[in-house]
Amino acid sequence: MSAEIAEFEKDALGWFAENTPGAQDFMLPLTFMEVGTNQQFEFLRDWQRKVYEAGYLGAAWPKEYGGGGLTQAHQDVATKAMKAHNAPIMFNTIGLGWAGPLILDMGTEAHKQKYIKGILNAEDVWCQGFSEPENGSDLGNAQLRAVRDGDEYVLNGSKIWTTHGHYAKYMILLARTDFDAPNKYAGLSFFLSPMRVAGIETHKIRKLTGEHGFTQTFFTDARIPADGLMGAEGAGWQVAMQTLMYERNAKGGQAGGYSITEVNPLEILELARKAERGGKPVLEDPVIRERLVDFMIEAQAMRQNAGRAKLPPLNQDCPQALPLMSKLVMTEYMREINQFALSLQGTKAGYYVDEPNAVDDGYWHRGYLNAFSATIGGGTSQIQRNIIGEHALGLPKTR
Amino acid sequence: MSGVTKIGFTEEQIDMLSAAERFCREKSPMEKVRKLMESERGFDADVWKEIGPLGWLGIAIPEEYGGVGLSLTEVVPVVEQMARRMMHSPFVATTLAAQAVIMGGDDFQKKKLLPEIAQGAAATVALSERNADWNLENIDTTARFDKTGYVLSGVKTFVADIYAAKWVIVSAKMEGGHIGLFIVPTDALYGEAIRREIIIDETKRSYELFLDKVFVDEEALLDDSLSSQILEHIHLAANLLSAAELTGAAQSCIDYTVEYLGTRKQFGKLIGAFQALKHPTVDAFVDYQKSRSLLYTAAYNFAQQGEGEVAVRMAKVKAEETLSFAADRSIQFHGGFGFTYDCDAQLYRRRAIFLASQYGDARYHKQKLADLLLKA
Repeated sequence: MSAEIAEFEKDALGWFAENTPGAQDFMLPLTFMEVGTNQQFEFLRDWQRKVYEAGYLGAAWPKEYGGGGLTQAHQDVATKAMKAHNAPIMFNTIGLGWAGPLILDMGTEAHKQKYIKGILNAEDVWCQGFSEPENGSDLGNAQLRAVRDGDEYVLNGSKIWTTHGHYAKYMILLARTDFDAPNKYAGLSFFLSPMRVAGIETHKIRKLTGEHGFTQTFFTDARIPADGLMGAEGAGWQVAMQTLMYERNAKGGQAGGYSITEVNPLEILELARKAERGGKPVLEDPVIRERLVDFMIEAQAMRQNAGRAKLPPLNQDCPQALPLMSKLVMTEYMREINQFALSLQGTKAGYYVDEPNAVDDGYWHRGYLNAFSATIGGGTSQIQRNIIGEHALGLPKTR
Repeated sequence: MSGVTKIGFTEEQIDMLSAAERFCREKSPMEKVRKLMESERGFDADVWKEIGPLGWLGIAIPEEYGGVGLSLTEVVPVVEQMARRMMHSPFVATTLAAQAVIMGGDDFQKKKLLPEIAQGAAATVALSERNADWNLENIDTTARFDKTGYVLSGVKTFVADIYAAKWVIVSAKMEGGHIGLFIVPTDALYGEAIRREIIIDETKRSYELFLDKVFVDEEALLDDSLSSQILEHIHLAANLLSAAELTGAAQSCIDYTVEYLGTRKQFGKLIGAFQALKHPTVDAFVDYQKSRSLLYTAAYNFAQQGEGEVAVRMAKVKAEETLSFAADRSIQFHGGFGFTYDCDAQLYRRRAIFLASQYGDARYHKQKLADLLLKA
């Protein structure tokens, strides 16, 4: 590590030590998919802006568009500093992590000037319009219609599971521009679409936790500017696939920060210390001990996978394997460890969020149920296995 | 928890990796593995003669004793690549014996064994007994002092490749009750002292050793104030190399399964297109990737006090679970052919069972990890 990076890290650690907010009187979202109330939204928006203004978000993005103009190594140590202080998430994930790098990689100069800064300072919240009610895992079959009319496209149809749909100013949108294309993929186009235009309406959807957090978005003769087209008309599938590479962390260029708070096995170790069974600490139960060790091995494996991904001589046989599998591994781990945490609570596992007697205010219950957002969203774990099987192992295509 | 443990590699390690990859691929095609399974000694003596001059046996031996002066960090890729081709030789046994001498030998003992080992002489260890305990201190073999040396009596099990070995390191209880480790020249053993064990991994060779008042001179005893540390070191070194074997074998087991899933057709489709077969195969592959990360983390941190032990035990646990699952599913996914002796899937499954049985299985290591990591 160069002296300059070390200095930057020291400053970042100091800044987060001083500025990381403590506990609030409402529950902070653990993932960007859990922003359900205005209170949570405003808190996270203000926090992201503050981090950006301090120079610890988008540090590696070009200065002329609002980034810090530094290197990825700078951003990496800043992100590490956030983690070290368990800082709240950077919630504008779809902008920071997916749309932003896409725009920087393949957008026009005008796109970069228009969108990048607003992504970083959280002025412009982004959402994603990929899934439809009838086309989820089969994303390539998306049917939302986009018809060119002069300088505009006219949109009709519906998108669903739109995280931040209610708050978003822009959407990355996959729409069908050609219904007679030779195959379903060739008829798709990709747009940077405004959300606040006539004919676009969002309806809140209630999640399995009982809270709100995402929407269905309806498009009725909505007119959007044609200059929002990303790539050529008909090349939408390739652009969407590239976006998913950022989303699954299989490709770099993100603004930094993290959008999901990872559970450290040491946290559930605390639960096991506190819980009793038959008058004895649960931590003495050999089965529980074995499971705890399993989670520690898993956490260690994830950490070392991330380390090995940066060491090419140790991935020569299949360089794409580690990037392709990280989403599957991380999200399934989160689901499992949250689920296991419930089993350490005895009768209290029966409580739920807002119950005063609940362990950690129902944190683990909410965490477990919300964990499905990540094992389903962004391509289900089952789709991830198809992708790994076909792209890393070369197994025959399922479809 | 060792949150600071980091994966890394050394340049020498990467050189070993690519050299061993090429060598093992060329020298150990599967037809040859099958042929050697039928042989008495289980390895190709000509290939073994080539390994000495390559310097691999001396990797972890200090330069002053004729070695390369590196460490087990650089031995790991060699063992991984050997296992990937199911190549058997006395390499692992010899490496473990050399480790015992490096740690507990005096200058005379080191000079006597290490340069010769570095040149290609084989050695082995005799530490397990019929009680089947993974605790290497739970032994009944005795060493009785007799004027100018020691008399060893007892029965040792799972002594690898003893017929190739020039020396065997034997553990025995001394008269004071503590353990001593002895360098026993194999030419001091009579033919009937050795019985070949029938073991589940037919690519390997293992023997029972009957020590019937075998006399060794005083200079055979390694520093007996270090016996516990040496045994602990051998235990961890064996598990590190075992994790390397399991991980290397898992890679080829998965390749073997994928090959079949991409060629066999049923219902007019390549069977790998069916998710019921594809998804568990991917799970095995994902596990393999984790195993390899944990293996190279363990290799890189092996010498670190505390951290090294945690890393090695984690690597062994994950590698054993990975190969067990990958090979179990490989048998199943090969259908009727999977049930035959000719299908290689059984070789991998047997390898996993055998390596689990030596120096502690996954559950044993998890208990050890729990004691290390879960302080009440």
